[in-house]
Amino acid sequence: MSIEVKTLTVAEAAALLAAGKVTAAQLCRAYLDRVQTVDGSVKAFLKCDAERIMAAAEAADQRRAAGTPRSPYDGIPVGIKDCIVTAGETCSCASKILAPVVSPYDATVVARLKAAGFIPMGRLNMDEFAMGSSTENSAYQRTANPWDITRVPGGSSGGSAAAVAAGEVAVALGSDTGGSIRQPAAFCGVVGVKPTYGRVSRYGLVAFASSLDQIGPLAHTVEDAAIILDTIGGHDPRDCTSLPEPDCGGLAAAVAAARNGDLKGVKIGLPEEYFASESSAGVKAGVEAAIAVMKELGAEFVSVSLPHTKYAVATYYIIATAEASTNLARFDGIRYGARDQEAQDLTEVYFKTRGHGFGDEVKRRIILGTYVLSSGYYDAFYLRAQKVRTLIRRDFEAAFRQCDLLLTPVTPTTAFRFGEKKDPLQMYLADIYTIALNLSGNCGISIPAALEADSGMPVGIQLIGPALAEKQLFAVAARFEQARKEQVFTPAL
Amino acid sequence: MAEYEVVIGLEVHVQIKTRSKMFCSCANVFGAEPNTMVCPVCMGYPGVMPTPNHEAIRKTIMAGLMCDCDIPSYSKFDRKSYFYPDMPKNYQISQYDLPLCLRGRIHISGKGFSGEELPDKYIGLTRIHLEEDVAKLNHLGRTSGVDFNRAGVPLMECVSEPDMRSADEAYAYLTALKQIMQYGGISDCDMEKGQMRCDVNISLRPFGQKEFGTKIELKNLNSFRAVHRAVNYEIARQSELLDAGEKLRQETRGWNDDRGETYLMRTKEQAHDYRYFPEPDLMPITLDLKRVDEYRRQLPELPEAMRRRFVADYGLTPYDAQVLTMEKALAEYYDCGAKLTKSPKTLANWIISDLLCELSASGQTISACPVTPEHLAAMIDMIDAGAINNRIAKTVFAEMASSGKPPRQIVAEKGLAQVSDEGAVIPLVEQAIAANAPQVQQYREGNEKVVQYFVGQVMKLSRGKANPQLVIKLLKERLDG
Ligand SMILES: [Zn+2]
Repeated sequence: MSIEVKTLTVAEAAALLAAGKVTAAQLCRAYLDRVQTVDGSVKAFLKCDAERIMAAAEAADQRRAAGTPRSPYDGIPVGIKDCIVTAGETCSCASKILAPVVSPYDATVVARLKAAGFIPMGRLNMDEFAMGSSTENSAYQRTANPWDITRVPGGSSGGSAAAVAAGEVAVALGSDTGGSIRQPAAFCGVVGVKPTYGRVSRYGLVAFASSLDQIGPLAHTVEDAAIILDTIGGHDPRDCTSLPEPDCGGLAAAVAAARNGDLKGVKIGLPEEYFASESSAGVKAGVEAAIAVMKELGAEFVSVSLPHTKYAVATYYIIATAEASTNLARFDGIRYGARDQEAQDLTEVYFKTRGHGFGDEVKRRIILGTYVLSSGYYDAFYLRAQKVRTLIRRDFEAAFRQCDLLLTPVTPTTAFRFGEKKDPLQMYLADIYTIALNLSGNCGISIPAALEADSGMPVGIQLIGPALAEKQLFAVAARFEQARKEQVFTPAL
Repeated sequence: MAEYEVVIGLEVHVQIKTRSKMFCSCANVFGAEPNTMVCPVCMGYPGVMPTPNHEAIRKTIMAGLMCDCDIPSYSKFDRKSYFYPDMPKNYQISQYDLPLCLRGRIHISGKGFSGEELPDKYIGLTRIHLEEDVAKLNHLGRTSGVDFNRAGVPLMECVSEPDMRSADEAYAYLTALKQIMQYGGISDCDMEKGQMRCDVNISLRPFGQKEFGTKIELKNLNSFRAVHRAVNYEIARQSELLDAGEKLRQETRGWNDDRGETYLMRTKEQAHDYRYFPEPDLMPITLDLKRVDEYRRQLPELPEAMRRRFVADYGLTPYDAQVLTMEKALAEYYDCGAKLTKSPKTLANWIISDLLCELSASGQTISACPVTPEHLAAMIDMIDAGAINNRIAKTVFAEMASSGKPPRQIVAEKGLAQVSDEGAVIPLVEQAIAANAPQVQQYREGNEKVVQYFVGQVMKLSRGKANPQLVIKLLKERLDG
């Protein structure tokens, strides 16, 4: 039988598999067919090894036939952003420099997905080394927004968001350093989660900015995102920044319990600084509609202030680039990185390999990061940025003494057109609503809320929770998802 | 030639003896086939993260406590950036401004390497920090190979204050530091295996001048002797330049052991900017007083304390105590034997003059020596009790060293017991007197020294077993009578 996977959720697929209405092989074949059909125009996948996926699907079917499935999700594919390593596969971070490097090991998140029977599917496009907000910085291809292929999918997890939106895979992993999951999720009309820093192991995520990076899911629904986060979350001894004993399971259950309730007693803060005039009319309208829906469900709204918001972008670009300048130092053509063949000596190997191998945006950030850490500048930049980071974290702590969650826009505008933002600074400013959370470590979720009237593009809202408050975050998000006016977010593609 | 005050500070790297590497679970062993003790973490694969080795942290703190360091309650790791093929990540996880150990000191005294007496003084220890060792580059003709077995081995850097004033003091400091590391089980400090490596900072200034002279850093020093030679070479070289009125440049120099001279490696203008910043993949280290006290309780007795105890309790000279504490195993050997015998001083003499010779001749280590401290102590007690004499003891000792048998058994088996029975010795004495009439004449004419001749004759007749005191007594009775 053939199965329509375009809008299929993980929960629905699990039910079909359990009922014997579909096999994992049929399911995976259907997704691969869908990739075949639409990825020529979406271009979300850098690689997709059909043989490997089908072999894994058949193994899952055998386990299910033997009565020993690894979990209800055994045999369901998950898209993997190209900066998360899978044993035996290349991991290029959408960079030319890393093209030949095959990973000898699985990232902890991949190992956990596999342990639950999920099948890693393909390598999803991204901005090179996760640096960008449009996936235009990929060294390989331009991923299109499935809602309008003249527009960007957002970034850096643009491939993950576009693949889920286009129904090429039900869920995908992304990584979020300054909004890289939430922003493309909003642009593509899917759910995207940046978990609390330390909830998900970073072992096997090619680091961009170690103190900001977090892996998270992109999905059609809040429930699917919860299923994935339940699977990949929890302490990992290989990542000592992963939190020791977070209360990590149970998100899917919390979502199921909350779906049909109300929001009475939930106090939601609206940070003044996030509702200034930067947002477009379409985004404002979407956010206001969402607030109205939640009010109707009984939620109480209060105004709060995050006074150091205006420093977030600058702080972020100092800390993130400083860390990146060292994280990316290993790509030098000696052990890692395609060595420039014309280089005559060691210095030339470094200069030519890195000069030719990295794209402009990556080079820009490495130079910036090297500069802010240089002798004589460290105190003025890096040290000061760390102090401001503490102030930003305190802003959130203070706000959460007045409310349970915060609600904000995800992006100032809906998805923009290719080439529209040429000035890097303008691109950086597109992250103003998402960046502070990475600095503070809080959790956040981006959920589709409306379609912009004139463009028809999706508008997302962001809910922000205190550290490790994912249960409440997901519960409120799921309740909103159930009640929002626009029910289905599916591009025509 | 003008006289200058020499100012020396040392930076010593010591590999810590642990089961696994600093940030991964690879074995920490020396001498394996290249690149067999590696994993994605110590190879710096994209995506890996470090997991700190708590044993290495504990041992660093122990080392600090043995050197009288303060152990701050808060410490952290930092990234030190530089590009070189020996670092797969192109940054080293090290410690910058908040190391594990601060403000320690190491005592030096006694005879220096050149034979002159050292001043009795403390050398300040600025800090000890913990980091990961780098890979080893092997130059193979036109190409180079990188062996990552060493990459990630826990490494301590011990930085001294510029408190040393001569090559001898530097040598003594290194010796003391090595002793402490060995006593604490922190490291074997085998320089041939690269477990201990040192860099020297040396400057000269006219006596009385407060400011330091221009600092020269010396690298590639592969033995304490090389440090001693390189320092003396630099003192001569720099003195000559200063005498000629030249201004020194701050620079790093290497040591060529074959040619016995230093050579320029790089000047200060080429110095690195390491761009240190806190390692975001690791949590800071917080240490409460309770844990530090627990480590303090685990500390072994240090060589200095042991020396004092040996002098006070066993009546040794400071020199004997110094020799016996050179190595921990030797000190423990002596301490064990000394507790068993009534003559610990005699035991010390036997160890220093006989046992150490025996060991160096056979190339054995003290711990593998067949002569146990129990047996050696028993032999000393047999001498004291008159069961064997000193001459026989040499034979017994040689047999102990080859067979490992207890001395009592050797004496019984070989019939070596001392003869103190007058009835058995008198005939031998009379035989000797009868056979040496000219010497009897000499004695009676007043030459008392002849007695020794007769003792030798009697000992020969008894095959060395006669009690020498008894022989003398019987001889005198007869010769005087
Ligand atoms: Zn390793």
